[in-house]
Amino acid sequence: MEEEKSFKDTDVKENVNGGSTPIVPIDDVTIRFAGDSGDGMQLTGAQFSDTVAASGLDVGTLPDYPAEIRAPLGTLHGVSGYQIHFSTHEVHTPGDSIDVLVAMNPAALKVNIKDLRKRGIIIANADAFDKKNLELANYETNPLEDDSLQNYEVYAIPITKTTISALKDLNLSMKVVVKCKNFFALGVVYWLYNKAPDNTLNWIHDKFQKSPDLIEANSRALKAGYYYGETTEIFTNRFDIKPSTILPKGLYRNINGNDAVALGLVAAAANSGLQLFLGSYPITPASEILHALSKYKKYGVKTFQAEDEIAGISTAIGASFAGCLSATSTSGPGMSLKTEAIGLAVISELPLVIVNVQRGGPSTGLPTKTEQADLLQAIYGRNGECPVPVLAATSPSDCFTMTYEAARIAIKYMTPVIVLTDGYIANGSEPWKIQKLADLPKINVTFRTNPEGFYPYLRDEFLARPWVKPGTKGLEHRIGGLEKQNITGNVSYDPENHQIMTKIRAKKIKNIEMDIPELQVDGDPSGELIVLGWGSTCGAIADAVENVRAKGRKVSFAHLKYLFPFPKNTGNVLKKFNKILIPEGNTGQLSKLIKSEYLLDTIIYSKVKGAPLKSPEIESKIEETLLKNN
Amino acid sequence: MSEINTNINIPVYTAKDFASDQYIRWCPGCGDFSILAQVQRSLPNLGIKKENLVFIAGIGCSSRFPYYMDTYGYHTIHGRALAIASGVKIANPNLSVWVSTGDGDCLSIGGNHFIHTLRRNVDINILLFNNRIYGLTKGQYSPTSDHGQITKSSPLGTIEYPVNPVSLALGAGGTFIARAMDRDQKHTQEMIMRSAGHKGTSFLEVFQNCVIFNDGAYLQYTEKETRDDNVIYLEHGKPLIFGKNKNKGIKLQDGLKPIVVDLSDGKSSVNDVLIHDETSRELAFILSEFGETPGLPMPVGVFLARKRNTYEFDMEEQIKTAIGGKPVSVDELLAGNSTWEI
Repeated sequence: MEEEKSFKDTDVKENVNGGSTPIVPIDDVTIRFAGDSGDGMQLTGAQFSDTVAASGLDVGTLPDYPAEIRAPLGTLHGVSGYQIHFSTHEVHTPGDSIDVLVAMNPAALKVNIKDLRKRGIIIANADAFDKKNLELANYETNPLEDDSLQNYEVYAIPITKTTISALKDLNLSMKVVVKCKNFFALGVVYWLYNKAPDNTLNWIHDKFQKSPDLIEANSRALKAGYYYGETTEIFTNRFDIKPSTILPKGLYRNINGNDAVALGLVAAAANSGLQLFLGSYPITPASEILHALSKYKKYGVKTFQAEDEIAGISTAIGASFAGCLSATSTSGPGMSLKTEAIGLAVISELPLVIVNVQRGGPSTGLPTKTEQADLLQAIYGRNGECPVPVLAATSPSDCFTMTYEAARIAIKYMTPVIVLTDGYIANGSEPWKIQKLADLPKINVTFRTNPEGFYPYLRDEFLARPWVKPGTKGLEHRIGGLEKQNITGNVSYDPENHQIMTKIRAKKIKNIEMDIPELQVDGDPSGELIVLGWGSTCGAIADAVENVRAKGRKVSFAHLKYLFPFPKNTGNVLKKFNKILIPEGNTGQLSKLIKSEYLLDTIIYSKVKGAPLKSPEIESKIEETLLKNN
Repeated sequence: MSEINTNINIPVYTAKDFASDQYIRWCPGCGDFSILAQVQRSLPNLGIKKENLVFIAGIGCSSRFPYYMDTYGYHTIHGRALAIASGVKIANPNLSVWVSTGDGDCLSIGGNHFIHTLRRNVDINILLFNNRIYGLTKGQYSPTSDHGQITKSSPLGTIEYPVNPVSLALGAGGTFIARAMDRDQKHTQEMIMRSAGHKGTSFLEVFQNCVIFNDGAYLQYTEKETRDDNVIYLEHGKPLIFGKNKNKGIKLQDGLKPIVVDLSDGKSSVNDVLIHDETSRELAFILSEFGETPGLPMPVGVFLARKRNTYEFDMEEQIKTAIGGKPVSVDELLAGNSTWEI
């Protein structure tokens, strides 16, 4: 096998292709690693995902973890999972049903079995199926020993015991040894899918540089898992997936949505020549944006961990006033707190990128679960007439593109811009064809320096007011949250002026529709049904549409990344269809917008279960809609 | 930087150069006029270019201040001036950033930012116009109103106890904490100069009279007849002496209990009196509670002035160190360290 060039150790190398288990070629697999929240499942999943991506496959991932950092061991609500979908074909989602479930304990099995397809593979840590854990998971009998799993291919492996025995001469505490068992499981899965564990061995070496003991222990556990598959010959088959031929040629990396947001901001700062400032307060699932940018000091990035969400956005507004490219990152509850300050940025007409990594609401809601229910909040959730452009990313790597785009719009139009992502794409990852600064759209920044004829609310052709850095001689001026007199920027309570300023602010944002791509239709430009989506549902809808078409039915598809303003052809696109189906992770928010904007009827497909929409459910809805008479 | 420099390239300004063309909309007789005048009179002496001055405010009577200054200014939202000012200063440490705020804006809705700005020591000058009442919303009690004070929202007297801004600032880890009174123009100017000269967050509480809703709140401290016996001016290195005839001193009894001693009764002399040390946080805590204790005079002047790196200085240092003189490539950052070719 090509991708199995080498293990680090020579003794391992000789054995790598040994064993007599037949290798079956397949083209698409979804695996879920599941265990206690302290079992290292997120790490295990991320390692597997990086390795398969680097082997040239298209990949989509979805971590799913509880809000509690360490929920009580063995309990159902403490289960943490990481799902990886990899394929020779284009991957749009992290996978709908799973083919392989790695269950590190009974609770992990119980929680995840419903998503495993019939005849799917279960790799279970047999050692964890003891009386106590079975009780915690509400199993009356051991599912590995009764008939309850007869629809699946079950491999009960003594993962803990085998790990202990592989590490017994290392003189490490039992606690440390047992912690290595996730690498054993990962080793088994690498073997099963014919992937050399080199990537992870390298990672272990880098990660544990300072503790050679841990390098040895984790590497050994990983290799032990790999050889377990090979030597025990308990598996009927191994599998091999050919590298994808769909992905365009180029240099790739794996990226998740939060990292992509951070990189999008750094790229926008670099291309605009501005210093980047992030004011942020930690919140799940957006904190990783703060973490990532905090590491980028050598790129001149200034990050400020504020005392609260309000200070997060307020410092960003201050930095923007001072001439930085400013951003604030948060999730729903934080967004609520930032609302008043967004209004200030609107009336002060200062550029600002606001990233809302949506999660289940209302209130604290479902901190670690995904939802798309902050759309109307983003568009309307402020006092007064307060227009703000709203963009949404469709996938982990699209978070880069849309964040960069938000910065471009913010600077050009002197306005705050909201970017909506969500827990699904923020934590999910996929291969990204790396972009270079030179390939990205230009971002031109002109700070006003000429005092001649200057007024703070003069406007350019895009209705943007001048951006002046404090420190510029002769341009001293005041701005603020009170209504401004047109052009002069003086405080004004004049009724006519307020009407004018309200219109100008609205027009400025509406004009952005001339500056963004038109809505593209995938499929026929007219017909019976168009499916319209927005944001992170893109992949699931694309899959569903493909599947329906494969059955010989006609359906068109369009996906919105610009929610306010809409692309200018949106109404015309939609009018050409008899039915408009809108699947979304809320109770019909885009649907409301389309109805009110274009007076068109829509059919809602809504799901708010803290999980992404899946293609089979959308597929059924499409079919049902096509069959139903008007 | 807000430290006083003597750069000859700085134009010679007068107070008028800092007055904007806007009509001042405070009530006639408001203490805010005096603070505005003292700030405008002080600025020409600071050696700061006009274009490098930024005045930020939140909401309230005090917060209209930036409109009346011919400098850069930003009138923001209620309580958030310090957060916005922090952003300005961190973005551009070369600016001299000032915040005018009130007891409601700073200590009630903005209390959180007050604590954390002081703790971080961002180089901002905070001018707290403390009139112990909500003026702009027309007369509700504020976090510094007296217990029992009758106001629009406490017709039977407020059942809340006031916060002591100086003690709060000390507790928050502030590095420069001072107090002045709107009626004492010269001393207020002196305190503004000291605040401006401090590297780090400077906090200057100004007793400010609201003629409409809380008139006379500070009479005992500001009127000629009562002032000398009720106010003590803190001066670094000098004994804590006050009184019409400079005949009263502060002494510590039984450890930490401050008492007033009569220097003319032959029992105590100036040698028994505490010497003010503005670098002592412990002493500042004792002095900050004077106003709360009957019989002790109200201190004005500099309670505390200590050196500590500013937030923005340490941030610039971290960035400098991280860059380390080597060119960086954002393209390399975008590529990350684990790539593959297709």
